[in-house]
Order: sequence, then C-alpha cells, then structure tokens
Amino acid sequence: MPVNIIRTEKLTFCYDGIEVLQDISFAVQKGDYLGVAGPNGSGKSTLIKNILGILPPREGSISLFGQPLADFRQWDKIGYLPQRLAALNNHFPGTVREIVQLGVGRKENIQNIKQVLQMMDIEHLSSRLIGELSYGEQQRAMLARALYGKPELLILDEPTTALDPQTRDNFYLLTQELNRHQGTTIILITHDTGVLGNYARHLLYLDKKIVFSGTFEDFCTSPDMAGFFGQASQHIICHQHDRSIV
Amino acid sequence: MSLGEILSFAFVQRAMLAGVLIAAVCSILGVFLVLRRMSLIGDGLAHITFGSVAVVLFIGISPLYITLAALPLVMISSLAILKLTRSKKIHGDAAIGIVSSIGIAVGIVLASLSGGYNVDLFSYLFGNILTVNQTELLLSFILFIIVICYVIYFYHDLFAVTFDEELARSMGIKTKRINILLFILTAVAAVLAMKVTGIMLVSALLILPPLTSLQLSISFRMTIIVSVIFAILSVICGIIVSFLLNLPAGGTIVIINVIFLLIIFGISRCKNNLGK
Repeated sequence: MPVNIIRTEKLTFCYDGIEVLQDISFAVQKGDYLGVAGPNGSGKSTLIKNILGILPPREGSISLFGQPLADFRQWDKIGYLPQRLAALNNHFPGTVREIVQLGVGRKENIQNIKQVLQMMDIEHLSSRLIGELSYGEQQRAMLARALYGKPELLILDEPTTALDPQTRDNFYLLTQELNRHQGTTIILITHDTGVLGNYARHLLYLDKKIVFSGTFEDFCTSPDMAGFFGQASQHIICHQHDRSIV
Repeated sequence: MSLGEILSFAFVQRAMLAGVLIAAVCSILGVFLVLRRMSLIGDGLAHITFGSVAVVLFIGISPLYITLAALPLVMISSLAILKLTRSKKIHGDAAIGIVSSIGIAVGIVLASLSGGYNVDLFSYLFGNILTVNQTELLLSFILFIIVICYVIYFYHDLFAVTFDEELARSMGIKTKRINILLFILTAVAAVLAMKVTGIMLVSALLILPPLTSLQLSISFRMTIIVSVIFAILSVICGIIVSFLLNLPAGGTIVIINVIFLLIIFGISRCKNNLGK
C-alpha cells in the first residue's frame, strides 16, 4: 500500500480575510516527484507554508509522514528551500558551513557537509560569510542546506531563479537522481513548465484551488485543461518539454 | 589615587563585577536583536523602565527594591512589544514607539504627581554603577547564568530564528518560545543595565558591542564571543577612566564603546580597501 508523505484535506487559508487557498485536498506518495505550478498569487508558496506549519490553515487538516501536523516532530526528514532568499540580511555573520548546518538537532557531520558542498560546487566557499556571496552562490548554499540532512522529503520553492543554466541543469539532474535512486520524495514549485514536464512525475496546477492534479501526460491531453487554458496555451505548455498533445 | 587603590574599594569591585555581567548579557542578547533589526527594543524597554521606576517610586517602595519591583512591569511590556510586532497592522518600530511613549508618559505624569522630578528618578535616568547593591549584583549573576544557559541550550534554534524566522518554523523550531524568552531576558537586562549606564543609554549596551563585533565579518559564534569581549573591556575601561577623570561611569562606558566601534570600523574599512 503506498505511503502518503503528505496529505491535505479540504485545506483553506486566508490572508486578511481574503481566501488564498480553497478546499485543497491532495496526497503525495513516497518516492513521488510532484511539480506545483500556477500563476502568481495562486497560492503555491502559501500551500507549502501551510504544509510546513509556517502558516496555520483556517480550515482543513494536514498530515506529514502519516502523522497530524500538530504531532509531527521528525523535521529532519524534510529539506526545504524557501523562495524568499532576497530577504537575506547581507550583514548576517553566518559562514556557509554554519548555514548548511542550520536547524534543530543538526549535529555536525563533516562528511555530509563536504558532500553537499561538493554537490553544489561551493566547497571553496565554506568559510565565507553568506552575505558576502553573490545571489547565485547564496542560492547554492541554501540548496546545500536543504540537502544536508539527507531528507526523505525535499520541498523546493523556485530553487533555480538565481542559477546559471549549467548549474540549474545540474541541479535538476541531481533532484532526479535523488528521486530515482535514493527514493527522495520531491515537491518542486516553478513557473518553468518545461522543467516540470522533464522531471516531475505528477503535476498540481493551482489557482487558489486545484485546477489540475495528475500526470503531465494527462494534463496535456485533458480537454478540461484545454478549456481552462485555451488549446493554444495548453499546446505551448506541453510543447515546451517536447511532449505532444493528442 | 592609584589603580590598585581604586580596585580595593568593595563598592568598585561590586560595580565592576555587576557591570561586567550585565554588559556581557546585553552584548550576547544584542547580537540576536541587532541582526533581527530589533535594536531599538533596548530603547523602548529603557523608556518603559523609566515609567516603571516612576510607578514604584510613586507607590513608595524602598529604593533598595526598585530594580526588583520594576522587573515585572518591564517584562510584561516587553511581551506587549512582541505581541504588537506580530500584528500585521503595526510595524515593529511603531510597536516599540507605542510602548516606549506610554512608558515615558506614565513616568512624567507620575513624577509630576509625586511633587516633581526627584533625585531618585534622575539617578535612574543617568545611572550610577557605583551604587549597585548586593541584590542587584546577585540578580546580575543569576541573569548572566540564565542567558548563558539559554544561548548554549537553544544555540541552533537562536541561530536559525536570527537567520530567517520562517525557515526556522519550517524546521519545527518553536519560534514563539524562543522569542518570548529573548524578549523577557532583554527586559531583565534592560532593568539591570539602568544602574550601569542609566535608562538613557541602556540601548547602547545592547547595540554597540554587537555592532563592533559585526564589523569584523567573522562567524556567528565568534561574533557573539567578540561582542562579549568588547562589552567587558568597555565596562572595565569605563569604570577606571571615569574614576580617574571624575566622569560619570555610564556615559564613559558608552563613549568607550563608541571608540571601539570607530576603531574597528576604520580597520575593517582599511582592510576592505586594501583587499580591492
């Protein structure tokens, strides 16, 4: 029987009385690679913040690894890269090494640190202060942080916005490798539907509520989606990752 | 008078010890506050302390217990600031402004009702470290131990919350608990620091040593340690210089802190320019 890593039931969330998420019910199974897409303000990041307990939902329930969110304690199982890296305080005195280990109960594991710094190609920056780095290097340091604890669930909110194409491609290949060979469950939020088509197994399209949930193939062949986006737009989205609609 | 003679006085030793303990506490807590852009909380709490001292003097509690009596009021006010800063409609600086205005207003009104500004209230405004009593020394020591334990036990949580509070929450860190403790400890430190620098300059102890340390661009752990070193040095030098030159200790300690900041800032700028 498939294990649900995340399950939400009738999730609703409001910012100052305005509904941002409406009746969101979905599940992510162990080993899945879920892509989350949607227009700006569609609630993608808010959904993730609800799931991680950063923002409390107004209604509905969330469970992580089979436990209600309120009882969940195994946070080391989750690696999260937030979207909002631009707010990073450039005077923050943490070194890259300190940032990678950031978090509760994260005992120093030199081998792990070395490994994730190598993965992100920032081993030479380990003693530099995070504020002294370029935006792209900061992004890589934050990705290394998300990967450090060898998480079972990796949640990436717009992870490659500041990366050069080479690093971006390498990063997505790494997520694919983690997903396929180590069974890491991945949730990827991005506007890049080409990336979602190439790497994600399932797609969740949000616009305050779930517009579509299923495989990318289903998305590309769905008459409902053709109706929602218009056939031309659906074709463009699906064409971006070399998949043709029927 | 020689340095040895100055240090042989019991009240100077008590002042030195209390000053070192309080400065260390403020410089540790200050690192977290400065990095979270909450530096002005020291100023706000100092104003609240002024109001609280006025309340205590108005009620007629013995000056010996003023520090103890003012503590609960300042602690409650610090939590009010925390609560207000969490409000979506009020920004953090405005929240501090609201609470500190209330503190000052209450202080002025009560001082007026009790027959004008009396000497006791003025002594708290400008501080007099040499009048630190046994109770205050004991409180300073207890606070120092609590803050050290708090920082050691919650180091990873504090680091994460200081870096990014939302990210910390996503790791399951109970950020509310960390914030409440940080604000309460800062409130206690602010009350005790009023004897060292006076209410007017409490925030200097919370801001200047961390800021000096931050100029060195060193790791987070070292920033805290170096901040404590600067704070302790400023208190020791400040008390000695004030004694030798017959200057007010509080102001002298703050001026020495500023001198440290300017020196380190200058060195850091030169280093950066040479590096380019």
